[in-house]
Amino acid sequence: MAGVPAGAIDCDIHPSVPSVAALMPYLEDHWREQVTIRGIDELNSISYPLNSPLTCRPDWRPATGRPAASIEMVRAQALDPFATSIAIANCLYGIQLLFSEDMAAAFARAVNDWMAREWLDREPRLRASIVVPIQNAEMAVDEINRCAADKRFVQVLLLVMGDTPLGRRHHWPIYAAAEKHGLAIGIHAGSAYHNPPTPVGWPSYYTEDYVGQAQAFQTQLTSLICEGVFTKFPNLKVVMLESGFTWLPAHLWRLTKYWRGLRMEIPWVDRAPGDIVRSNVRFSLQPVDGPPDQASLLKLFDHMQSDDLLLFSTDYPHNQFAGLSAMPDGLPPALVRKIAIENPRATYARLLETVQ
Amino acid sequence: MSRHVVATAQEIPQGGRKLVMVRGRPIAIFNLKGEFYGMLNRCPHQGGPMCEGLVTGLRESKMPGEYVYSREGEILRCPWHGWEFDIKTGQSYCDPERIRTRSYPVEVATGQTVVEGPYIAETIPVSIEQHYLVVEM
Repeated sequence: MAGVPAGAIDCDIHPSVPSVAALMPYLEDHWREQVTIRGIDELNSISYPLNSPLTCRPDWRPATGRPAASIEMVRAQALDPFATSIAIANCLYGIQLLFSEDMAAAFARAVNDWMAREWLDREPRLRASIVVPIQNAEMAVDEINRCAADKRFVQVLLLVMGDTPLGRRHHWPIYAAAEKHGLAIGIHAGSAYHNPPTPVGWPSYYTEDYVGQAQAFQTQLTSLICEGVFTKFPNLKVVMLESGFTWLPAHLWRLTKYWRGLRMEIPWVDRAPGDIVRSNVRFSLQPVDGPPDQASLLKLFDHMQSDDLLLFSTDYPHNQFAGLSAMPDGLPPALVRKIAIENPRATYARLLETVQ
Repeated sequence: MSRHVVATAQEIPQGGRKLVMVRGRPIAIFNLKGEFYGMLNRCPHQGGPMCEGLVTGLRESKMPGEYVYSREGEILRCPWHGWEFDIKTGQSYCDPERIRTRSYPVEVATGQTVVEGPYIAETIPVSIEQHYLVVEM
């Protein structure tokens, strides 16, 4: 793995809520009291179990408490060492897992306000995604509209595995709001765990859950394309976060093959799926799957038929690479620059409004 | 190039089709509302027998959920993988700029002109009373 050019835009880092106490000042009275009465001490998802080796790199793991839970940690570990110009904070708190729409909306409001006050106000290199109660599209749109005035929010964050495929029309108000405000839709690894995290049922091991995320991303990509989300919202940018990308060419070959024969079922898909991906969908860099050698990785870039698709990410604090080697070896310098700087700027309209 | 008499016009009713051989090549002839069109009986994808495909219409859409159906009877779907082709032009719908099937103009000629020649009536006995389908190849 190779180093990262100075000024890179890190499109996926994960500041964490240190404890539910940190959100208390941002919760409305009713919910603040509920935290106490119900004894809610933890709303983190099991997508990243605290002690899992993947959840935090050993040299980034604090002696006590949650990783990436203070601005000092994030500066010292994620921003300064990589000379990052901008980093987009995607807070993976358990909002999407809740069954109560009201509770999800209340905690989403608290997380977004906490993000603005505790992180964005204090660190000019940070931007963030809006966490929304996906349980109810109307409430999610309210939260997008509430936060959108703050241009430091550049994206709406969804999980790759929820209750229904993301292309389905009941989600469309969220896309309409995002498109209207110039926000990207970020789809991050993780599940609401309302359904098994694999299409074949509940797995036994964490490895199965984590590796299986890639299939969920493929299915969501297929859903967004086939349901016509990009026909309805041609300016919408969707970013697949922590999705991996080595699966993309083979999946597009398959999707294109069957679209050619079944096009008449979804006539609003009037371009080949690969063309739609190249205009509307992007992928974060880390984790880079492990092809056996450099040549195989370079061949993959040929198969993707575009240098525009990847956005630099460290996936901090998740344990995806060692040292500062966040960029795969052997990529041409022009491509490295595109991944690190130009592609993120072209993807996140709001970065251009607030950078400089 | 020579002109080949391949069938009588009566043999292929409106909406019908017939597979003929011209200089060793299989050609599917379609009758669309009294006009005849020829197409190589080999899908450019993997060689499927086009003459056995489903004849349908064109589905287009401006927005998800909207279906605009037109040109009924003018679109052929290959029987093997369902790729759609415009019977009149041979153009595909999945990749119109790069994928098309070879099309052949079909002319309707009177028996009188066919008898006079110069036509090659390979297997069709001709008489002046009939109309004939002529493929140039």
